[in-house]
Amino acid sequence: MLESKIPSGPIEKKWEKARFDFKLVNPANRRKHSVIIVGSGLAGAAAAASLAQQGYRVDCFCFQDSPRRAHSIAAQGGINAAKNYRNDGDSIFRLFYDTVKGGDFRAREGNVYRLAQLSVNIIDQCVAQGVPFAREYGGLLDTRSFGGVQVSRTFYARGQTGQQLLLGAYQALEEQEAAGSVKMHSRSEMLDLVLVNGKARGIITRNLVTGAIDSYAADVVVLATGGYGNVFYLSTNAKGSNATAIWRAHRRGALFGNPCFTQIHPTCIPVSSEHQSKLTLMSESLRNDGRVWVPKKQGDTRPPSQIPEDERDYYLERRYPSFGNLVPRDVASRAAKEVCDELRGVGPGGQGVYLDFADAIRRMGEAQVREKYGNLFDMYEEITGENAYKVPMRIYPAVHYTMGGLWVDYNLMSTIPGLFVAGEANFSDHGANRLGASALMQGLADGYFILPYSLPNYIASSPLEKVDTSHPAFAATKEEVSRRVATMVNVRGKRSVDSFHKELGKMMWENCGMARSEQGLKSNLEKIPALREEFWKNVNIVGTGEELNQSLEKAGRVADFLELGELMCLDALQRRESCGGHFRVESQTPEGEALRDDEHFSYVSAWEWKGEGGQWELHKEPLTFEYVHLAQRSYK
Amino acid sequence: MNLTLKIWRQQNAKASGAFVTYQVQGVTPDMSFLEMLDLLNENLQAKAEPPVAFEHDCREGICGACGFLINGVAHGGRRGTTVCQLSMRFFKDGDSVTLEPWRARAFPVLRDLAVDRSPFDRIIQAGGFITAPTGGAPEANNILVPKDSAETAFDAAACIGCGACVAACPNAAAMLFTAAKVTHLNSLPQGQPQRDRRTLSMVAAMTNEIFGSCTNHGECEAVCPKKIPIEFIGKMNRDLIHATLHHRGD
Ligand SMILES: Cc1cc2nc3c(=O)[nH]c(=O)nc-3n(C[C@H](O)[C@H](O)[C@H](O)COP(=O)(O)OP(=O)(O)OC[C@H]3O[C@@H](n4cnc5c(N)ncnc54)[C@H](O)[C@@H]3O)c2cc1C
Ligand code: FES
Repeated sequence: MLESKIPSGPIEKKWEKARFDFKLVNPANRRKHSVIIVGSGLAGAAAAASLAQQGYRVDCFCFQDSPRRAHSIAAQGGINAAKNYRNDGDSIFRLFYDTVKGGDFRAREGNVYRLAQLSVNIIDQCVAQGVPFAREYGGLLDTRSFGGVQVSRTFYARGQTGQQLLLGAYQALEEQEAAGSVKMHSRSEMLDLVLVNGKARGIITRNLVTGAIDSYAADVVVLATGGYGNVFYLSTNAKGSNATAIWRAHRRGALFGNPCFTQIHPTCIPVSSEHQSKLTLMSESLRNDGRVWVPKKQGDTRPPSQIPEDERDYYLERRYPSFGNLVPRDVASRAAKEVCDELRGVGPGGQGVYLDFADAIRRMGEAQVREKYGNLFDMYEEITGENAYKVPMRIYPAVHYTMGGLWVDYNLMSTIPGLFVAGEANFSDHGANRLGASALMQGLADGYFILPYSLPNYIASSPLEKVDTSHPAFAATKEEVSRRVATMVNVRGKRSVDSFHKELGKMMWENCGMARSEQGLKSNLEKIPALREEFWKNVNIVGTGEELNQSLEKAGRVADFLELGELMCLDALQRRESCGGHFRVESQTPEGEALRDDEHFSYVSAWEWKGEGGQWELHKEPLTFEYVHLAQRSYK
Repeated sequence: MNLTLKIWRQQNAKASGAFVTYQVQGVTPDMSFLEMLDLLNENLQAKAEPPVAFEHDCREGICGACGFLINGVAHGGRRGTTVCQLSMRFFKDGDSVTLEPWRARAFPVLRDLAVDRSPFDRIIQAGGFITAPTGGAPEANNILVPKDSAETAFDAAACIGCGACVAACPNAAAMLFTAAKVTHLNSLPQGQPQRDRRTLSMVAAMTNEIFGSCTNHGECEAVCPKKIPIEFIGKMNRDLIHATLHHRGD
């Protein structure tokens, strides 16, 4: 069932071989083929623009009012590429190696190598589009270093790299829309996938302004709908980020890969109160110059300025002398949790650690710190009212990214023929932990350079009978969607959608967050189905389905999170090893580091939906490593 | 703290709207403005009243989804801040606050505080891009971009397309939005080949949408959450004159 389709041959030739073996579609025939792309983030917009340029008819969907607002816009720090402009020993192989190791050996070598190869093309493409990357005085591109690596390969546009990359892709998309090759459907939410003879042939959407339920048919469907970190309620993701598109596809037969692999980012502004609606990331680049510490003493409530140097514990520098403050995210987050668990955390509730710039200011002056990080310091002050030039920032880990997603083969096709999945929505490439500045790279690699080859190959090599929305499968699926929306609206219960979401999020954070135990997971597996049942009996949605109704939009997403949350716990429970961001307390080294168990768990878990009420079947795709030697990760 | 909110309620684009007054209690200084509205909405729903519709997504000032007038000022008037970044620290107990949607003919109200800003996408479609089909790009460092040009381009590209400039303009013009994109692309070496065409067609598209025209009030700059400077409008006008002369008789 799980055929990864990784081409044979040496790793550096695999992608070339695949492209050569792919069948091509004659330019004159491309107009006859239609593609639905759900999502207009980096992955979706890049794919939509590129496929439209090739001549396919593209329909692209997003739930925001404009494709330019996709969540990719929020990425701050940068994008990796193995350009080796710094002459510091970087190479495609090193980026590949760092990514496989950073992912704690739970990604496919073939995929990751291709990603590293394509990274260089991405920078070229984005520069040609006018993305205003940071420059040196001589006019060349500037780079910086990011967590988990020892070379400087991260390209950036101040603290708004995601915004600038997305605007580049968005502008290419708008150009194609003006040319008539893309039809953009904003404020449209995909609520189901339509299969005809086992192939993905269309989607059902809800128009978020009028409430109309619409059907769209195409030869191929691409989901580029982003990650599902909002299962946890509080995360760094945008409020609208959701799992609905991939979850509905999962229920129609697409296997879900590594659902429990979640990234908890170490540098976010700590939670301040119960009313908090989202968490704000402070870019990881801050760890280049900021030093992380907590007091050595438990429950030390002195202001940081009154804690002398020798009573501070710079715990990352102490525990990981060679990487220091630049250890990968999973390691840094876990270390922060440990010191807070030891009652050495700072700030309200003791859920925080210091990120201190005093040394950096002494070394390079406040002006230079301001030039490098000014916008982040401003943002921090807006939110907390504190001036980080004077007092250390307080940070705490927060849910940030989901490495899991729909299972795809090397060509980015899911287990449903004709359903492709790109960007954060798929499970590929990052294994059990993503390195900083690698998600933008992956989204754009998928969208600009992989789908434009692999998707035409599918079109050219599959018999695709003519199908339009008059096919009975559309009417049937549409009917199911309408019924579900109506059922939800008509519960007319007592509890708000947010209250369900918060309760789920809390359970997930406590038992399926930074540390996971058999006992905690089992307790979640009992409580989540009960909460889900209550949701369908007691949720309160005011208004109707036939109008702009934001509570209804949220309710649909939360209903899906209530199913996905259960699968995440199930996955975390079966993976009795620790790896990357997945830390099973039962599996650690004597020093408290994550302990992998390659003998038993060197596989991708891929779950098949078997019906309502927590029924899934686990499939395993074994992972083998030929180029990077399996080793316990060490950043000491 | 307790606040009195006067909020524009309008069920849909066709309905007529009106201000409705609400009291919210238990607002804390660490809440954001939108979290205060979340609180109001929880209370309204508990009483089976429809929650106030407002747009938001990132809640960190970058997606451009949020935006409405607070006491008549776009995004509430704190320099360089979107509504979602606005903290309740800046309000005090007993304050009365008026919330209404962007007021501009080109941005019809969809519901309550949410408006239709799709004209912005159409202005970009007219020429807000550099044609660079995927695959054909030269090696990135073959294109040298002087640091100043990169910085100017970035300052302009920082626009989040929220629409505050239009809402603040007495004429509801879209000059600052359009000028920001023209300046971003026209400042870069990669943007030169399409420079004249871009300027002409984006300005034409802006005029075609039902935006007003600029009479140099400068209100747009004052409310822009990304502090896009008004001098970019001057830059665009110079580019426009150049392009018009160049293309006369085209
Ligand atoms: C605060 C923050 C900072 C980050 N910084 C970095 C960084 O510096 N470097 C890095 O590499 N990565 C970073 N990341 C991660 C990275 O931004 C994301 O992983 C990446 O942008 C995801 O892109 P995407 O195209 O897969 O999805 P998204 O950009 O999330 O786009 C999803 C799209 O799908 C649409 N959509 C979703 N559901 C539906 C539906 N049901 N129906 C219709 N449309 C739907 C949305 O409208 C949207 O258009 C950051 C993430 C966050 C949260
Ligand atoms: S919600 Fe994104 S800018 Fe305010």
